Amino acid sequence: MKLVIGIVRPERANDVLEKLYRAEVRGLSMSRVQGHGGELDRVETYRGTTVQMGLSEKVRFEIAVSDSFVEKTIDAICEGARTGEVGDGKIFVVPLDRVVRIRTGETDTEAVTPLEANR
Amino acid sequence: MGGMQLGAGISAGDTAWMLVATALVLMMTPALGLFYSGLVRSKSTLNTFMMSVAALGVVTVTWALIGYSLAFDHGGSLVGGLRYALLHDVNFAPQPGTAIPRLVFWAFEASFAIITAALISGAVVERMRFGAFLVFITAWSIVVYPVLAHWVWGGGWLQHNGTLDFAGGVPVEMGSGFSAFAAALVVGPRRDYHRQALLPHNAVYVLLGAGLLWFGWFGFNGGSGFSVGHPSVLAFTNTLLCPACTLVVWFGLDLVRERRITAIGAATAIVVGCVGITPAAGYISPLLAMALGAVAALPSYALIVWRPRTRLDESLDVLAAHGTAGMTGILFTGLAAQLSWNGVANGLFFGHAAQLGWQALAALAGPAYAFIATFILLRLVGLVMPLRADDRQQAVGMDVAEHGEEAYTTGEGAILVAHDEERSESLAPSLS
Repeated sequence: MKLVIGIVRPERANDVLEKLYRAEVRGLSMSRVQGHGGELDRVETYRGTTVQMGLSEKVRFEIAVSDSFVEKTIDAICEGARTGEVGDGKIFVVPLDRVVRIRTGETDTEAVTPLEANR
Repeated sequence: MGGMQLGAGISAGDTAWMLVATALVLMMTPALGLFYSGLVRSKSTLNTFMMSVAALGVVTVTWALIGYSLAFDHGGSLVGGLRYALLHDVNFAPQPGTAIPRLVFWAFEASFAIITAALISGAVVERMRFGAFLVFITAWSIVVYPVLAHWVWGGGWLQHNGTLDFAGGVPVEMGSGFSAFAAALVVGPRRDYHRQALLPHNAVYVLLGAGLLWFGWFGFNGGSGFSVGHPSVLAFTNTLLCPACTLVVWFGLDLVRERRITAIGAATAIVVGCVGITPAAGYISPLLAMALGAVAALPSYALIVWRPRTRLDESLDVLAAHGTAGMTGILFTGLAAQLSWNGVANGLFFGHAAQLGWQALAALAGPAYAFIATFILLRLVGLVMPLRADDRQQAVGMDVAEHGEEAYTTGEGAILVAHDEERSESLAPSLS
């Protein structure tokens, strides 16, 4: 089991969701985050104050998957999020020690397998 | 009377009311900016609002230079002359047919030209480049609006024929609505149109904007009698009755279609009702104004439901809210105008069928000119400069791409840029 963390442009979030859906990756969470990843700073001016916006809005996906789904998930995020410009984001894959599905008490791979696959 | 100077033929009461009415109408443009900016995504809030603010600046200038003269100089039947260009002869003398100074008349009519240009922005939000929009409304406020205003108010052919248009069904409502239709066609849809749900980002702005628009509309219609006399009083009260009926009928339509009454629908209904009564306000009885409010809801509601299913990204439905409702109001005036209320003319219901014919002529000619002229104008602007922001700019959002500002900045991650060396050096001696 791995936790796939994808940090993408907000305007690509819907494309990523669509690609994940087509890859049959169910079960994810997303949140709005701010980050800096080497892209050029934006300069904004408010009256006499000029600022460099060092942080950009990003969307962070967190997806826990069984090992056989890791590559599919990574490919889906890449396809959905890529524009080719600096600032497309990153994917981090980290090992998971333990997963529990709260409703049933199932653990580990069973807990990250979508319901329809179990039926 | 102290130091007060009141010229011959000027009424203090009329002038006082028209000064207030002008300020009320002027407020409608930022109110429209609020209404529109609530309807777009958060990343285009400022750009959308700025399109209305832009009209306040640009159109006031063109109106002073030439627009007013083209509209209100009684020259030809199609367009006015240049007598009032550069504010020539716009002074304290009474405006013919009224007891208010020409200066007040000029300012009141300026506020109409401003909001009409701002209304068109609803068709092109979230993708039209701001610079191109400025060039467009500069030209539009000279070539399109004054011509339509001249036709119905400035001694033009529709006015001579007998068309009744109390507060701007032809120039303001159909003028903006059908220009918006053309603008949406020429500029093209937003990058994300039909790819993503493009939802209003702040319904409270939309409701507050609609409320302020309604408030301002009492000056818009109530001032279009240019006095404190019967036409203004009738128009004022009809501006309460008609939108109220539209609102109630809209609730019913929402209930039938969605089984719930929506807030954005209610805000839309207020605008549709105000638009519907605009051409008819000082011409029809209060009871028939209520009927007009109910009738006006139907075609606009239908178009608002149908339009998003088409490929036409007329984003904020200016055609439905203003073009269609304005047309309903113009035609309804031909049916319901009542001599005993307006002292001018009867409509079909009261035995004068020809009035409906004149209204129908205006309902064809006004939209045709607005659509064709705007279409050609925007094509010409498009030859000189790109009309659209590119896909990447649209993705980032028009606020950052066009203005370098955000509506909802948190300040997190903002690094203060030090003033450059040269400037701090030059400041240093004077500070020491």
